[in-house]
Amino acid sequence: MSALLSYYQSILPKLWAGTLVTLQLSFWALLIGFAIGLPMALARIYGRGLLKALAIAYIELLRGSPLVVQLLLIYYGLPQLGIVIPGTTSAIIALGLNSAAYQAEYYRGAILAVSEGQMMAARALGMSRLQAIRHIVLPQALRLVLPALSNEVAYMLKYSSVAFLIAVKELTAMGKIAIGRSYKARETWLLVAVFYIILVNGAARLMQYVERKFKIPGLQMEEVH
Amino acid sequence: MADTKQEIVRIENLHKRYGNLEVLKGVSLSISEGEVVVVIGPSGTGKSTMLRCINLLTRPDAGGIWVSGVEMTNPRADINRARENIGMVFQDFNLFSHLTALQNVTIALTKVKGMKPEAARAKGLEELEQVGLADKANAYPAQLSGGQKQRVAIARALAMDPKVMLFDEPTSALDPELIGEVLEVMKKLAKSGMTMLVVTHEMSFAREVADRIIFMDGGYIVEDSPPDQLFTNPKSDRARLFLSKIESYHRTEGPPMGGRG
Amino acid sequence: MQNAEAVFSSLPYIGRGIPMTLIITTITLAFGALIGLPLALARVYGNRFWAGLVNTVVQTIRSIPLIVIIFIAFSVLSDLQLPAFVAACLSLAIRSSAYQSELFRGAIQSIGPGQMMAARALGFTRIRAIFHIIIPQALRLAIPSWSNEAAVVLKDSSLAFAVGVLEMMRRADYVRARTGNAILTYALVGIIYFLMTFITNRLLDQLDRRLSVPMEGS
Repeated sequence: MSALLSYYQSILPKLWAGTLVTLQLSFWALLIGFAIGLPMALARIYGRGLLKALAIAYIELLRGSPLVVQLLLIYYGLPQLGIVIPGTTSAIIALGLNSAAYQAEYYRGAILAVSEGQMMAARALGMSRLQAIRHIVLPQALRLVLPALSNEVAYMLKYSSVAFLIAVKELTAMGKIAIGRSYKARETWLLVAVFYIILVNGAARLMQYVERKFKIPGLQMEEVH
Repeated sequence: MADTKQEIVRIENLHKRYGNLEVLKGVSLSISEGEVVVVIGPSGTGKSTMLRCINLLTRPDAGGIWVSGVEMTNPRADINRARENIGMVFQDFNLFSHLTALQNVTIALTKVKGMKPEAARAKGLEELEQVGLADKANAYPAQLSGGQKQRVAIARALAMDPKVMLFDEPTSALDPELIGEVLEVMKKLAKSGMTMLVVTHEMSFAREVADRIIFMDGGYIVEDSPPDQLFTNPKSDRARLFLSKIESYHRTEGPPMGGRG
Repeated sequence: MQNAEAVFSSLPYIGRGIPMTLIITTITLAFGALIGLPLALARVYGNRFWAGLVNTVVQTIRSIPLIVIIFIAFSVLSDLQLPAFVAACLSLAIRSSAYQSELFRGAIQSIGPGQMMAARALGFTRIRAIFHIIIPQALRLAIPSWSNEAAVVLKDSSLAFAVGVLEMMRRADYVRARTGNAILTYALVGIIYFLMTFITNRLLDQLDRRLSVPMEGS
């Protein structure tokens, strides 16, 4: 028992360092996901013709194929085009592009849930379509989307683990490295699992706090899956 | 005359509380075979709770309930068996959403009573015929109007050949123009000799069909009289006040068939 | 593009991984449902102890990345001389049962309390009411979310390659290593996965329509 504890103690710093990388990957991926996902959602709802078609194709293709495929495509594909970037950057790009597709659908659901009447009332007051989206629809939709976004945060924390495949030293990779030296696979993975459980549940708490903070009485939506 | 007949329902000193709210504060009542008893009174005075205690959908805190000789409140009673004898019709119909009208009527016949499918089907069609909906046998609840749903619900309860029928505000969820068809079915049922306990706000129905009217208020039975007496000369002030409120509502804005409660 | 022909001529080799991907997916979904539905019933109808216990377990499983679950299963099962395929299926099934218990629970809870009440009033026992009235409705209501879960499992079955299961992703990896054309290889594999999820969702849509009865509100 004490042998196990001292082993755990010895790998703690490694796992902690991996945790920081996991957080970093997730944070940037979520940010990229927001920056691309929201315009995608708007293009899919309000756009026409080619713009709309491209948005739909992007969203459906990325949601319809495995994240691993996307990750390896970028990691091995970019150098093929002469673009050489660190593995961490590849991982952030892949996770970010993937998250964008999912986030786009969440924003779309939330925007559609803001009633038609809101847009109509805004237009009746003389706002342009763009103004109405900016001042009336989005402030409501972004609040409505928070529960779905909480899911996405948890999703990124967990799925960033695929980055170990391209040797990014996040939490899962650190577990693998520790096992490479100690050959204690079962023990190590259990501790890694505990790290993730704490991480994901901590993030859920944080998101609940954000949800409460921005809550408007009477404005809410069924959870999006 | 009622005492010569067999007693179907007996309630003794029934108590029920939800948290701090005491809904029933000692209710006693006896209903004989073939009697139609209508329960009226202000909202939130325990009328529906009393009804649900009779088939133990709500568990009373104290008191005794007997239905055709079975002591429902005895912990050893076979409640599921006893419930086969008690038909219940709900305010919001509660038809099984995934079953057609006919399947709604037959499912308890086959699954609870163990009847053969063909026999159940024949019986189900007969019951639907009785409520005038034989042509809707294959329709799903979502395809029926509120009035039709409630008639199917009545047929579903009747198919079990119950000894008594409980109606929990059967017309309160209906649009005014659909109330009549449900009341007609209930009147027909009353004439056929069914024992009925009806919670309703339909005063015209109460006046016309009831053998006894029970006025409940504040968790008690305040008055228990024949309709003539209760409507023309109520003994209690509370009943008088309640009736005058209802009547003024009818004079000013009440629909022809009666109010919606 | 470099070696494009080599990649294209390797397509049949990659395609031979499709059955394995489908087998993993089917086994996972079946076991996930077999375990997930009882878990959902325990969460809705169980007493406080069982509901709480199942809730905690489900919540915990949902917090662990699939790949870590696979590594845990692999480290345990390889001691028992069981192949990686079993570890992959078991991990996917455990996780899927957690998610499926969520979606079945949602479906059960969207059925109004009146359905149970009406069944009990007709003399159904609680268990029989659950079987004859609640479950038939819940299964229908759950099909759209179940279709979503099927797509998730299909895509995540690709993670089995990390422990060496020779499914589509593993084969693609070989082709990429041999031809050096990652872009074309992974793009093609991505499209195959996309088509598979697309077809799966369509088939389940059909099933949804076939089984659908005009249900209100829910």
